Amino acid sequence: MVLFPRQPHPVDSMSLWHKASPPPLETWACAGEENWVDSRTIYVGHREPPPGAEAYIPQRYPDNRIVSSKYTSWNFIPKNLFEQFRRIANFYFLIIFLVQLIIDTPTSPVTSGLPLFFVITVTAIKQGYEDWLRHKADSAMNQCPVHFIQHGKLVRKQSRKLRVGDIVMVKEDETFPCDLIFLSSNRADGTCHVTTASLDGESSHKTHYAVQDTKGFHTEEDIDALHATIECEQPQPDLYKFVGRINVYSDLSDPVVRPLGSENLLLRGATLKNTERIFGVAIYTGMETKMALNYQSKSQKRSAVEKSMNVFLIVYLCILISKALINTTLKYVWQSAPFRDEPWYNQKTESERQRNLFLRAFTDFLAFMVLFNYIIPVSMYVTVEMQKFLGSYFITWDEDMFDEETGEGPLVNTSDLNEELGQVEYIFTDKTGTLTENNMAFKECCIEGHVYVPHVVCNGQVLRDSSGIDMIDSSPGISSREQEELFFRALCLCHTVQVKDEDHVDGPRKSPDSGKSCVYISSSPDEVALVEGVQRLGFTYLRLKDSYMEILNRDGDIERFELLEVLSFDSVRRRMSVIVRSAAGEIYLFCKGADSSIFPRVIKGKVDQIRSRVERNAVEGLRTLCVAYKRLVPEEYEAVCGLLQAAKVALQDRDKKLGEAYEQIEKDLVLLGATAVEDRLQEKAADTIEALQKAGIKVWVLTGDKMETAAATCYACRLFRRGTQLLELTTKRIEEQSLHDVLFELSKTVLRCSGSLTRDHFSGLSTDMHDYGLIIDGAALSLIMKPREDGSSANYRELFLDICRNCSAVLCCRMAPLQKAQIVKLIKFSKEHPITLAIGDGANDVSMILEAHVGIGVIGKEGRQAARNSDYAIPKFKHLKKMLLVHGHFYYIRISELVQYFFYKNVCFIFPQFLYQFFCGFSQQTLYDTAYLTLYNISFTSLPILLYSLMEQHVGIDVLKRDPSLYRDIAKNALLRWRVFIYWTFLGVFDALVFFFGAYFMFENTTVTSNGQMFGNWTFGTLVFTVMVFTVTLKLALDTHYWTWINHFVIWGSLLFYVVFSLLWGGIIWPFLSYQRMYYVFMHMLSCGPAWLGIILLISVSLLPDVLKKVLCRQLWPTATERTQRRVQHRAPADATPSRDRPLLKDLLPQSRRR
Amino acid sequence: FFIVGLIFIPIGIGIFVTSNNIREIEIDYTGTEPSSPCNKCLSPDVTPCVCTINFTLEKAFEGNVFMYYGLSNFYQNHRRYVKSRDDSQLNGDSSALLNPSKECEPYRRNEDLPVAPCGAIANSMFNDTLELFLIANESDPTPTPIRLIKKGIAWWTDKHVKFRNPPGEGTLEERFKGTTKPINWLKPVYMLDSEEDNNGFINEDFIVWMRTAALPTFRKLYRLIERKNDLHPTLPAGQYYLNITYNYPVHSFDGRKRMILTTVSWMGGKNPFLGIAYITVGSIAFLVGVVLLVINHKYRSTSNTADTVAF
Repeated sequence: MVLFPRQPHPVDSMSLWHKASPPPLETWACAGEENWVDSRTIYVGHREPPPGAEAYIPQRYPDNRIVSSKYTSWNFIPKNLFEQFRRIANFYFLIIFLVQLIIDTPTSPVTSGLPLFFVITVTAIKQGYEDWLRHKADSAMNQCPVHFIQHGKLVRKQSRKLRVGDIVMVKEDETFPCDLIFLSSNRADGTCHVTTASLDGESSHKTHYAVQDTKGFHTEEDIDALHATIECEQPQPDLYKFVGRINVYSDLSDPVVRPLGSENLLLRGATLKNTERIFGVAIYTGMETKMALNYQSKSQKRSAVEKSMNVFLIVYLCILISKALINTTLKYVWQSAPFRDEPWYNQKTESERQRNLFLRAFTDFLAFMVLFNYIIPVSMYVTVEMQKFLGSYFITWDEDMFDEETGEGPLVNTSDLNEELGQVEYIFTDKTGTLTENNMAFKECCIEGHVYVPHVVCNGQVLRDSSGIDMIDSSPGISSREQEELFFRALCLCHTVQVKDEDHVDGPRKSPDSGKSCVYISSSPDEVALVEGVQRLGFTYLRLKDSYMEILNRDGDIERFELLEVLSFDSVRRRMSVIVRSAAGEIYLFCKGADSSIFPRVIKGKVDQIRSRVERNAVEGLRTLCVAYKRLVPEEYEAVCGLLQAAKVALQDRDKKLGEAYEQIEKDLVLLGATAVEDRLQEKAADTIEALQKAGIKVWVLTGDKMETAAATCYACRLFRRGTQLLELTTKRIEEQSLHDVLFELSKTVLRCSGSLTRDHFSGLSTDMHDYGLIIDGAALSLIMKPREDGSSANYRELFLDICRNCSAVLCCRMAPLQKAQIVKLIKFSKEHPITLAIGDGANDVSMILEAHVGIGVIGKEGRQAARNSDYAIPKFKHLKKMLLVHGHFYYIRISELVQYFFYKNVCFIFPQFLYQFFCGFSQQTLYDTAYLTLYNISFTSLPILLYSLMEQHVGIDVLKRDPSLYRDIAKNALLRWRVFIYWTFLGVFDALVFFFGAYFMFENTTVTSNGQMFGNWTFGTLVFTVMVFTVTLKLALDTHYWTWINHFVIWGSLLFYVVFSLLWGGIIWPFLSYQRMYYVFMHMLSCGPAWLGIILLISVSLLPDVLKKVLCRQLWPTATERTQRRVQHRAPADATPSRDRPLLKDLLPQSRRR
Repeated sequence: FFIVGLIFIPIGIGIFVTSNNIREIEIDYTGTEPSSPCNKCLSPDVTPCVCTINFTLEKAFEGNVFMYYGLSNFYQNHRRYVKSRDDSQLNGDSSALLNPSKECEPYRRNEDLPVAPCGAIANSMFNDTLELFLIANESDPTPTPIRLIKKGIAWWTDKHVKFRNPPGEGTLEERFKGTTKPINWLKPVYMLDSEEDNNGFINEDFIVWMRTAALPTFRKLYRLIERKNDLHPTLPAGQYYLNITYNYPVHSFDGRKRMILTTVSWMGGKNPFLGIAYITVGSIAFLVGVVLLVINHKYRSTSNTADTVAF
């Protein structure tokens, strides 16, 4: 983020001082705004305030140019290079390259310079292209015309010339060019509709309100005459928060001060809808707009594989250094005899002789480093990156994860975490919208203890459909009739639902069964469900017009209520209220909210009856809301207004002050009733949960809902089974006993069983009776998490974690968003450092999505905030199964093989080089030709592994889906543990020994050609290299289970390429080379029989132990995966239909083995 | 595994037998032992020093016989050594002839004249002369010299493409004008041989030497002995003597010099390694196959029951 000058530049202000009317000094001094460092003053239309009001301090703001591009044409090269070399690997290779340039090293700088150059160039081109696109987009943005008001006239200008304080006119369907304060619209009520689809993905229309005092200015001249200043905070990235105030000066009266909130702010990027035109004044421009501030990238998450890869890299770096050290030491020991150091046939130059011993030793050390540096291949990073990048497309392309309903497939926001999906141990899931559809249906309401169900069959009775309502209990009296209507009115009024006319159906649902073609839109589906439900009960909410809400009541009359205040919903208060004035002039406050937040504020009403009904509904998994009201006398209302006004005008801590004000207002309520809304489970949610549990993943449900509802959902989706013993750690229990006792008691129960419960038992199908589920609520959790003075909280945490670990399912209810993140963090940093995954759909899940190792957003109804902040977004919860069990599994297998194979092949590559030093007097002589050194990792062996890492499916997709327990095989980073790593490394060392000494014994002191001619050192190296390329590639072929034509093409193609390249490389005298050492070496080698025999022999020998190990392990200690592979194999011939995923080579090999 | 075993074992036996049929004799003439006839040549004063070593071939060598010289402890693969050459110069590039590559240092210039051929490899070219004589029988003391062919010992491609004399008209001496011989050489490069097509850079002894060996103990082809006809063995059994013009010092670096006579087969010289390796690998594969069969058999019965239990 760029820092902007908060204070005016002294020189500027001085020079402008004279132009502006000299302000009265005392105002300037006593403005008292010094403490508002974080605020800015904007002069609407660049008019200085009337003298005496405030100082005119022209401030400098950036213009409206959007610069999302990173580079300009002149700083591209240095800046890009700098960025690239900040990566440690690139830097390492740069150092190696520089060392090669400076000192006399065995390999020419080309060998490491070329790959590095290649990598850097490719990256630079990619980034440059992206940046060019950004430049183009920026300039398109910056040049799009904008209508300004200047001196009462409409002027068209380029968007980038827009300045803070300009008055802008925006027409329908245009996007706002910067952040504007909404001054007026052509609508009489001063509202406009806006969609923020490009900002947060919510396609619903939002209503914004013009500033009260300016909404009357409808023409350019009017608006130009406006004389006002706006004070507001400095730009902040939060899209939904804004505080400021406007001072409107008029000639007639005192300046009017009005609060400004986010409802007055029109954000850049949003689009004006349903409104012909609006006027606004620019307050944040260019890079200061909230949209631009939100461009900042999220913190990087790194996968466990990457971490272990880095550890392995360090190990290899140590190996590299120790190799170089060993060789340097040996060199000087060996050289201590002068005839060895400098025999007569091989003398040093004068300057070499005079060099200082230590300097020489150090140069030698560096030279050895350079010689062996290929052990850490530059191409590994490129390959891993490419694998991740390309691999992420496989998720996006997956048709199984495409949702027909919404027409959306999965989204991949980061490709760095693909393999982490295969490592998940804990899943934290939100309930609403994730496990459940978040597709609310109004079920029933309870007014004064009487239950009403809209035309539904209930208790076996078919109910009268005419009114669409039934009272299960005894018919209500007159008073309750009144209460009933009041309740319905309350439901009709207490919401923030908007009504859309029929011709603007974009996304929102139509109310299904009403004659009126109204479409309700709201950010909360509950509200829509309620309004629709009430509609069926006879009260239709028509619209909000000029602060009047219109309701069509049962008798077909339109009632009008003046909307006075909206005390909007937030997740802390968990309730919202409206204050309305009825036609009769009575002022009501209607409050709607969660039972826990309503009951304590109620002073009257049939609390007990309603509470019991609410609890019953909650047990059935329904979402309940309570409705209460209060009648306000005008004096009270005045007080309320004053309170609210005071809070709203505050610039600092406005939210807190508002909250306090709301708290004061929403009390002494009269309880009206409760509603119940059903939230259906998502399809296959239970199936998915079961599969995930079988895969050894612990599923936790974190929800803001109340315990009974949440528990019911958990039962419904089989998170808790009938046999599950529920442990409760709730506020209620803690009230009875102390937290300490409860925790100890629970842990005793759990640990006793886990003692008898062996691991194997647990990993079984978990149908055993010792199946614990824990329920904890937010208050209890905060008690546990709260640090104590004596520091004993750590104890509680440990205990709590112990309990949790032994429970198969945990349900956390009544969670605040931050607590969700806290839980995730708690697990994430617990002893075993398990990999966590958080999935959710709403804004309240964002914190936990960001906290967890992998964050998954469900593209749901509560907007797209979760999906935007997630690493992956999926349309439905059920897709999580495939995401983890199939994609995660595959990616993990692929990347781990990729990493291990890379290290393996480079050990194979470099270790012979190391051995050769013992035979060439530690002189850093390379074994292979420069071209081979350069191309080994780039072209001879890179493509097969890349392709493997993209295509490999060691078992079929269906099998993985059918058998979730296979997921356990790769849990805990199983394929990248030290044991496996060491196995691969030793395999590499063994192969290297075979190559080198095989070739050594073949060449030792004898001729291998039939014409008696001798081979030189380059032939020796080429033989080793040929064997190596073939072995390494065939090893991969042995590991490949899933063969497609492209695999065949690449594997055999790269071998062929190697041969063709070698023929070509040795076939011509290359004029640009200063040496011709490879000339015809390869051809001569192939022209002799023993070389062929030797190659075949050495390849077989080096592949033998790996095959042997595989066969033995398969036979003696098969993993579940291998058993499945075998089963598939056995079944395949029986089915006679060759299944797509049948491993081809594995099929061939065992046959030959069995014979 | 059985297949691998079955294929490898016969191959191995075949190679082994072939390798065993190859005749090879190796004669060390370093002369460090006092008893050796070449011992006298160790002191640098005796120049030229000629020594003679007698040896007996128990069995006749049939087919083409190849004569090698072998050096030990000679690090031709030392990096400083390997790169100390200028391939453009050797390819007949005239500018490189007069201005050799820097890699040739310190054998690049001598007394302000460019060295041709430059570099440590060329400078240290092997320059012993070996001659072979057959002592026909005890009665006839006049030995028959064995005809040693000095062409065809280098790679064809090297001789005809990679190595070229500097272009130009006139004698080789004129074409090499402006250069000097390497310090250690006795005669300049254009006097390596009397024949025009085996002189200068395309001298085959020189080309053979320029192909640096992979290991510190190596041999290089020196001469060919062609078989005369099918009836007579190329080298019949009997007494021979080797006449050495001893120029090349190796004792300063503990080196050894050898002369090797060998016949070759389709698979080159005597090398039992490949055969033994094939046999070993074949047998191991066979054994493993047997073990696996047993395991598989045992396991199959248990796994089948396990599978039926599981399903």
